[in-house]
Amino acid sequence: MTTIEKTDSVPAPRAGGKGGTPLLQVRDLHVEFHTRDGVAKAVNGVNYTVNAGETLAVLGESGSGKSVTAQAIMGILDMPPGKIPQGEILFHGEDMLKMSGEQRRKIRGRKIAMIFQDALSSLNPVLSVGYQLGEMFRVHQGLSKKEAKLKAIELMDRVRIPAAKDRVSDYPHQFSGGMRQRIMIAMALALEPELIIADEPTTALDVTVQAQVMDLLAELQREYNMGLILITHDLGVVADVADKIAVMYAGRIVETAPVHELYKRPAHPYTRGLLDSIPRLDQKGQELFAIKGLPPNLLKIPTGCAFNPRCPKAQDICRTDVPALHTVTEQDGAELPGRGSACHFWKETIHG
Amino acid sequence: MAELKKDDKAVDQPADATPNTTEVEKVDAATAEEAVAAIEAPVERGEPILQVRNLVKHFPLTQGILFKKQVGAVKAVDGVSFDLYQGETLGIVGESGCGKSTVAKLLMTLERATAGEVFYKGQDITKLSGRALKAVRRNIQMVFQDPYTSLNPRMTVGDIIGEPFEIHPEVAPKGDRRRKVQDLLDVVGLNPEYINRYPHQFSGGQRQRIGIARGLALNPEIIICDEPVSALDVSVQAQVVNLMEKLQDEFNLSYIFIAHDLSIVRHISDRVGVMYLGKMAEIGTDSEIYDHPTHPYTQALLSAVPVPDPDARDRRERIILTGDVPSPANPPSGCRFRTRCWKAQPKCAEEMPLLAVPERFKGSDSPAAHESACHFAEEKDVVHA
Repeated sequence: MTTIEKTDSVPAPRAGGKGGTPLLQVRDLHVEFHTRDGVAKAVNGVNYTVNAGETLAVLGESGSGKSVTAQAIMGILDMPPGKIPQGEILFHGEDMLKMSGEQRRKIRGRKIAMIFQDALSSLNPVLSVGYQLGEMFRVHQGLSKKEAKLKAIELMDRVRIPAAKDRVSDYPHQFSGGMRQRIMIAMALALEPELIIADEPTTALDVTVQAQVMDLLAELQREYNMGLILITHDLGVVADVADKIAVMYAGRIVETAPVHELYKRPAHPYTRGLLDSIPRLDQKGQELFAIKGLPPNLLKIPTGCAFNPRCPKAQDICRTDVPALHTVTEQDGAELPGRGSACHFWKETIHG
Repeated sequence: MAELKKDDKAVDQPADATPNTTEVEKVDAATAEEAVAAIEAPVERGEPILQVRNLVKHFPLTQGILFKKQVGAVKAVDGVSFDLYQGETLGIVGESGCGKSTVAKLLMTLERATAGEVFYKGQDITKLSGRALKAVRRNIQMVFQDPYTSLNPRMTVGDIIGEPFEIHPEVAPKGDRRRKVQDLLDVVGLNPEYINRYPHQFSGGQRQRIGIARGLALNPEIIICDEPVSALDVSVQAQVVNLMEKLQDEFNLSYIFIAHDLSIVRHISDRVGVMYLGKMAEIGTDSEIYDHPTHPYTQALLSAVPVPDPDARDRRERIILTGDVPSPANPPSGCRFRTRCWKAQPKCAEEMPLLAVPERFKGSDSPAAHESACHFAEEKDVVHA
C-alpha cells in the first residue's frame, strides 16, 4: 500500500515533547451561542489532534463551525453569547479550558498564535506595523521600545517584505493585501509558537499572491517544526499543503483522512459531493454536479445525520440516529490509519 | 508628461491592429426612432453582438481643494478590444485591480469611457443618450458579486425583481407585474410564494438567484456577471453555475463572465480573455488559453492555481511571481507585466507589445496561434491536464 507509506512521511513529533502526548488535542468540544431566537449549536462534539510539524486542514463551508472551533482553542470566543458546555482542549496534555485567564494569556501568542483572514481589519489602522509587531516582544518578553522595533524589522525581513527598515513605521493601509498578510504571518511567528492556527489566510488574496503566501507559510513551518491548523474551504489549497484533513459539517467532523486518501476515496457523501462539484475538464459543457439544498440553520439542525436532507443516499436511519465517527477499513477489514467517517453507510460510499 | 503622451499614442492605434476582432458594421441612425429600431433588431447566433474597440477609462487623480488640479490618472482600463458573439460566454480573468470590473461598468454605461467605442449591434453606446441609451440598457443587464449588498434590505423580493418594470413599463403592464415576478422566481428555482419576503430571509445562494432573476426581468440579450459565485459557499456555487448555463440555453443569452476562479471560468466559457493592469494580455478559446497559453502572465496565473489533487503536489511546476501588481496610476513603460516577468528583456521596457497573433505562430493551425500581447510569446503547458 503505497498510500499508507506516504502518510507515514509526516514528520515525527518534535523531540523533547512530553512523552508522546500530541501537541494539541481537542476532545468532544461543544460550543453554543445563546441568541434571542434560541440556542445556535455551532460546534457539536469535535475531536482532532495536531502533532508538531503536522498540517491539519479543517475544511468546511461557512457556518460549519470551523472558525468557532479555532476561536475556542485560542480562547478568543465571545463569552457570552458563546458558551462551552462540554469538551476539553488539551495543549501538551493540559486542559486549557480549566486554566485561569492569566495562564491562558501566557500561552496565547507565545505558544499558540493565529493568522486571521482579513488582514486589513485585523490590523490596527492607527498604529504603525512596526509598533504592532513589536507589541509581542514588549508584552511577552519585556523588551524596550527600541529593541522591539529592531526585532520587528528582523521579522519583516524574515517574511520577505522588501526594504523592511524603511517600511517599519508605515501604517497598514500603505501595504498591499499580500504584504499585509505577510505582516499577519510575521506577527503570529514573532515568538516562534508551537502551533499556528491560520483561519482562511489566503481567501482574500489573488491566486498569484496566494501561492507566494502559502509557500512562505509552508517554509516557515518546516523551519520551526510548528503544528499548523489550516482552516479553509478551498479544496485546491488543502490538496497543496495538508497532511491530514478534517471535513466539518454543521458543527461536527464528518470525515477525517490523510490527504491523499481523502481525494482518492471519500468515505462520506458530503465530501464526495464537494469533490464532485469541482469543474473537471472532461465535463465541459455538461451540468456540474451540485449538492442540492442549503447548509442547515444552526438553530434547528436536522435530527439524525445533519446532512440527511441533502444526501442522495439518505435512508430512514439517517433521519433518526446521529452517526458516530466510524473507523474506516478496507473491504477485508484491514484498518485504514487516520480515517473516519460519520456516515451510517460509509462502507457503501467508499467501496462503491 | 512624456509618459502620458506615449500612452496616448498607444491608445490611438487603429482598431485593426487586432486582426481577430471582426470589422464593425456601423449603423448611422439619424433619429432616435431609427436608433431604437436598430437596437431592437435581432442578431443571428454566432454573429458579434458587442464589439469593444480600444476602450479606455482613466480616473483622474486631483490635488487641491478649491482649484482641483489633475496630477495624474489611474489607468484602470487602457485600450481593451474584444468581441462578444451572440449566445456565447466570454470569460474575463485577472487579479484584483486589473480593470475587469471597470470594463463591466463601462459596458453597462454606468461609467463614461475616456476614449474608445463599444458597439452594440453596430451602434456606439458610449455616444448614445436618451431613448436609444435606455433601450440599450434594457438589453444589457448585470448580476453583481455580493448578493448581500446588491439587494436593498428594505424592499421585498417582489419589489426588487419588479423594479426594472417601473423604469421600462413597456415590458410588463402594471396589472401583469406580480405574475411576471412569480414566473421569474420560478425560472431561477425559487418558490413563487416567497414574493413578499425580504432579502435577509434568504441564504447567499438564494439571494444570488434573486439577483439573477432581476437581471432577467427585462429579457436582456447580454448579461454581464461580475464574480457571480465568488461570495457563495462551495456546495452552492455549482448550483448557481448550473442555473446560469440553463438560463443561457433557455433565453439565448450572451454572457460576459468575470471571475477570478479559473476552473469555473473554464467550465462556463467559450472564450477567455486574460487581463493585466488594464490591458488584455491574451485572448482565445478556452482550450487555447488553458492548454496552450503563450503569455507569461497567463502561464504564471494558471500555474498558481491550487489543483485539488494531492498527488499532483510534487509533479507540478509552479511559477511563483515575485512582488505585487504595480499601481495603475503609474504603470511600467512598455509591457506592463515586465516588472514581474522572468523573460523580460530591454525591448519589453521600450516597446509595448500589441495584442495580436504572435509572428512565429502566424498562419499555423496550432492552438498556440491566438492573440497574445507578448514580444516573446511561446507555448508552455503548465496545467498538464
